[in-house]
Amino acid sequence: MSIDLKTIKHISKLSRISVDEKKAEKLAGDLNSIFDFIEKLNELKTDNVEPLTSVAETTLKLRTDVVKSKNIREQIVKNSPQDNEDYFVVPKVIE
Amino acid sequence: MSDITKQSLTELIENIKDKKLSSTEVTKAFIDRSEKSKELNAYINEDFTSALDKAKKFDQKPNLDLKLPGIPMAVKDLFCTKDVKTTAGSKILNNFVPTYESTVTDNIWREGAILLGKLNCDEFAMGSSNETSFFGNVQNPIDKDLVPGGSSGGSASAVAGQLTPITIGTDTGGSIRQPASFTGTVGLKPTYGSCSRYGIVAFASSLDQAGPMAQNVKDCALLQEVISTYDPKDSTSIDFKRNQYSKKLTNNIKGKKIGIPKEYRVDGMPKEIEDLWQKGIQYVKDCGAETIDISLPHTSYALPTYYIVAPAEASSNLARYDGVKYGFRAKGENLIDMYEKTRSEGFGAEVQRRIMIGTYVLSSGYYDAYYLKAQKVRKLIKNDFDEAYKKVDAILTPSTPSSAFKIGEKTNDPVSMYLNDIFTVPVNLAGLPGISIPAGHDSKGYPLGLQIIGKAFDEQNILNIAFAMEEKINFKNKITDWWIK
Repeated sequence: MSIDLKTIKHISKLSRISVDEKKAEKLAGDLNSIFDFIEKLNELKTDNVEPLTSVAETTLKLRTDVVKSKNIREQIVKNSPQDNEDYFVVPKVIE
Repeated sequence: MSDITKQSLTELIENIKDKKLSSTEVTKAFIDRSEKSKELNAYINEDFTSALDKAKKFDQKPNLDLKLPGIPMAVKDLFCTKDVKTTAGSKILNNFVPTYESTVTDNIWREGAILLGKLNCDEFAMGSSNETSFFGNVQNPIDKDLVPGGSSGGSASAVAGQLTPITIGTDTGGSIRQPASFTGTVGLKPTYGSCSRYGIVAFASSLDQAGPMAQNVKDCALLQEVISTYDPKDSTSIDFKRNQYSKKLTNNIKGKKIGIPKEYRVDGMPKEIEDLWQKGIQYVKDCGAETIDISLPHTSYALPTYYIVAPAEASSNLARYDGVKYGFRAKGENLIDMYEKTRSEGFGAEVQRRIMIGTYVLSSGYYDAYYLKAQKVRKLIKNDFDEAYKKVDAILTPSTPSSAFKIGEKTNDPVSMYLNDIFTVPVNLAGLPGISIPAGHDSKGYPLGLQIIGKAFDEQNILNIAFAMEEKINFKNKITDWWIK
């Protein structure tokens, strides 16, 4: 199989990572060699195999739905890249 | 005592308990040596002033009943430490100061240990040579311009170079065991669910585990008993009976059945590795254990499976780095542009590569062909181990297919870099515990490791086997202090 530049552009859109032409070409080369390596899995017949989603063979524990962390707004916004007290700030989204 | 930093954790604890050494003396000694060791680039962020304060405070009112009384230690910069910058080796987290503590580090401080600083690692733990860190390469104390392995490269370098008596790393596909093998140290990847993932920067959540790294097996066992706790804050933390691993440690492994998997004899493996493995087989026999040839038929499919599962989970986990809530933000013309530029400028090349692979294998039309297929093969790999453990108690393999390589040697070929983890990745896919112990040197004098893989939750057994082998091997790390002027 071959991943072309159009596919790279598509994945970059989905990943929200901007790529220019030069980077796209490098990525296409890298990804193709990695996928050549991954193709080995097609040697195996797996029609009747159950997919393994978790190695921990326990069911998830349920807990009561109660608030444990109260009044931590300050902590939550502390690391936000744009200074503010109460909110996360993003570039304007409404014209 | 001038040779404080040469002492093992066990010796340091004894000396502190006997009041032959104070925590301040020990902490000072490791700080002094760390300051003389800048060339190793093992630290991303030093916290020495605060460490000394904590040591003095400990000495004023020492609680000698704790398991790590006044012991200074540095940790991989993937563990969130409250009020201490945590970067995961990435530009995107270069200004991130957690407001909370990871459970694993919290357990360590509760037992009396003191944070020295945060250790270098591959960016988001993605790498096998510590060359993907935004904060630069780490040098292997074994030789100049040699990689320490990765992703816990700073951790391995700091233990081997005696900048910290012990440390913790994380292991998603070999990130504790491979660097331990490259630096002549001991590294344990516990069973999935043994150590809480709470507060550890996530890479691939179904594979990530924290674990101890040390100079010897006993130190490793002690640290494991400190960090392994059931934690309701991690939904995959498992509530099982944990041992006092260091107290129950024994070199009596008579009658244990040890499996030797023929599929680990891979094409192109250097003869030195094969010879080391044969020596290892002889050592366990000398200890009274029995070796049995076994088969793990799907071994060669483990790496391709890993390079679907891990990037898929990473692409999902790393979606949170959007320049909004924390971390680096690039300027953009609008919201989407800001996201795309933040992630393009904030992540390094390897991380971007893996996010792209992960996004692709999860994208519409490819999910079944790649992600679902990989999950099915993962099941077959786990079945192989389940089958083998009907016949044996543990499995012995080499830790890596080669000794440490030179900086820059493999950076242009991602697949050849990935092959480093060929013996360690299957263990993560099956969620099992594995330990790497130093077992010999190659012709260049570089250390080589052997790996012991256990049944799930059977850390005690592999620690015992490692302990017994360690006695027979009597490994001496060749550290010349070349970086100290």
